[in-house]
Amino acid sequence: MEAVVTDTRPETVIRLENAGKVYAMGNQQVAALDGIDVAFEKGGFWAVMGSSGSGKSTLMNVIGCLDRLTSGRYLFQGTDISAYDDDALSDIRLRHLGFIFQSFNLIPQLTVQRNIELPLYYLGWDKEKSQAHARHLASMVGLDTRLTHRPSELSGGQMQRVAIARALAADPDLILADEPTGNLDTRTSHQIMALLTSLHQGGKTIIMVTHEHDLAEYARNRLYMTDGRIDRIEKR
Amino acid sequence: MKQIKFSRELASGIQTLLLHKLRSFLTMLGVVFGVGSVVAMLAVGEGASKDALEQIRKLGSHNILISSIKPVEEGATGTTPSFMSIYGLTYLDHDRIQESFSSVRKNVPVKLIRKEARLGERALELRVVGTSHQWFEVIPRPVLGGRTLMPGDLADKSPVVVLTEFGARKLLATRHTIGQIIRLGVDSFTVIGIVKNETGSSGAMQIPDREIDAYIPITTARSYFGDVVIKRTAGSRLREKVELNQIIVQVGSLDRVEPAAQAVERMLTLFHQKKDFQIQVPLALLRQAEATKRTFNIVLGAIAGISLLVGGIGIMNIMLASVTERTREIGVRRAIGAKRKQIIIQFLIEAVVLSSAGGILGLAVGMAIPFFITWFAKMPTVITPLGILLPLFVSLGIGIVFGLYPAARAARVDPIIALRHE
Ligand SMILES: Nc1ncnc2c1ncn2[C@@H]1O[C@H](COP(=O)(O)OP(=O)(O)OP(=O)(O)O)[C@@H](O)[C@H]1O
Ligand SMILES: [Mg+2]
Repeated sequence: MEAVVTDTRPETVIRLENAGKVYAMGNQQVAALDGIDVAFEKGGFWAVMGSSGSGKSTLMNVIGCLDRLTSGRYLFQGTDISAYDDDALSDIRLRHLGFIFQSFNLIPQLTVQRNIELPLYYLGWDKEKSQAHARHLASMVGLDTRLTHRPSELSGGQMQRVAIARALAADPDLILADEPTGNLDTRTSHQIMALLTSLHQGGKTIIMVTHEHDLAEYARNRLYMTDGRIDRIEKR
Repeated sequence: MKQIKFSRELASGIQTLLLHKLRSFLTMLGVVFGVGSVVAMLAVGEGASKDALEQIRKLGSHNILISSIKPVEEGATGTTPSFMSIYGLTYLDHDRIQESFSSVRKNVPVKLIRKEARLGERALELRVVGTSHQWFEVIPRPVLGGRTLMPGDLADKSPVVVLTEFGARKLLATRHTIGQIIRLGVDSFTVIGIVKNETGSSGAMQIPDREIDAYIPITTARSYFGDVVIKRTAGSRLREKVELNQIIVQVGSLDRVEPAAQAVERMLTLFHQKKDFQIQVPLALLRQAEATKRTFNIVLGAIAGISLLVGGIGIMNIMLASVTERTREIGVRRAIGAKRKQIIIQFLIEAVVLSSAGGILGLAVGMAIPFFITWFAKMPTVITPLGILLPLFVSLGIGIVFGLYPAARAARVDPIIALRHE
């Protein structure tokens, strides 16, 4: 009967078990992650905080399947993917993860439309379908009039909206945002946070790194890091 | 599905290259000039060798040409006024060839005499060719009017003559002249026909007929003009006796041509104390010309290879620069979920588009150059299908070969470092 009770708990998207990441710098070893145990449930909105060099970006890279652990286990939707090869990890990123970066990382020579379509291109969608979907996403982030513009013709806030639309294109299970407002002014930052909040309310799982306490307030859960370890977790 | 994706890769590759039009164009130039020079050189080479081969084929690949040559004089006896030099091929040689070799199908005696021809008011110095009816079988030329020599003309020693088109025009002879009398020297001949003549022979070997030939039966030539020619030089008269100036032998099958030529030479050497004849085999010249052409092609191929290599290195250089410049883009694509293979394809397609576009442009340049060469230098050029397809495939191959390394470099980019890249 107790098994049934555990089943009613929210589904875990990602679980890290005693996760460690050690960088070898010559004969010196830097433990960027040092025994992390954490589970991110479906539908959660997390803010990862901590001082510079505490391992926030390293954690995000590991969760985002861009980097591998040097010890411990990484379970993605219950499956240990520590031993997956490059192609398999690429496939997880493509189908299950969406990235938002501090410096937007749009492809400069592509239009807004084509930038948003990029994940669909790698998913092999046909042209008409992905164009329609990109238009839909652009109007969702309020950029339906900028589809033919190039990133260089947009403001920072607009570029980040395009990046969010792109992150949403493949309908991922998890959105990863490393300091998404780091290059934006306060007003624009709050607009982006409002957008992320609405995504969360729409059911998306979001993990976000931020230095700003008032922006962290948007998230339901907060995870504090110090020297590659989890200091404490605040849940609301 | 795969097809659609590939065409989209191609379209986006072209789009990326169009963003830097000048750079893409300059990168292509190496391949443009490489391919252009290959196409042009092939066309010129092909044209030149085709011309030479054509010339030799006109001589007849089954033919062996034996000509009388004046042997080197011993001592100063040649200056004695009464001296008569006797040399060259004889009627006996002609008969011996006929009797000795079963592979000989046709055996044509040729006697050449310079005479002045007169028709009404017109006079023309021409080359009288005493020969047999077989001449026209060995050196076939279209008959424009009347007929050529026949065995009966030889047997009867008939005073008949066949003119060439060129000679006839000079003498103002027309089709109506056939059947009329023409004077060769002091003798009268009946014009029985006019044949077309080959024009402008300048090559490895003279073709046997000339523009102003007059063909008469060899029997007639011998009885009218004899075998002795008197050449007047300053102060002295030189008498020469040459029975036959040429013998043209035609052999039945191609593989017997060269053995037959050797056998004829051996036999003639037996009967001639001095080396007063020479043997020319068009087939041997043909073989030689073909060998020369092969060598020419190898040299051209090497030059072309080097110029295309330079073009390829240019593409590789720019692609490497492009990979470095677009490290961040590669990182973004990888983070979104692009596999290494897809990054390789992306950059490979850009390299192939560059080289193929260069190849097509080069083809246009390479086809224009021979056109101008033919136009200005009046040199024949030939563009063969191989001359078009080969450079195109090679330029495609260059894109793949020289694009592979930059593409592999792109695929090895670490997305974490790339995304931090400024
Ligand atoms: N590629 C690497 N090689 C060596 N050490 C690294 C590498 N990447 C990160 N580190 C080290 O790991 C530790 C954690 O770095 P990380 O980038 O995760 O910090 P962060 O919390 O994101 O800092 P910030 O707030 O400044 O972005 C740092 O001490 C850093 O020097
Ligand atoms: Mg960081």
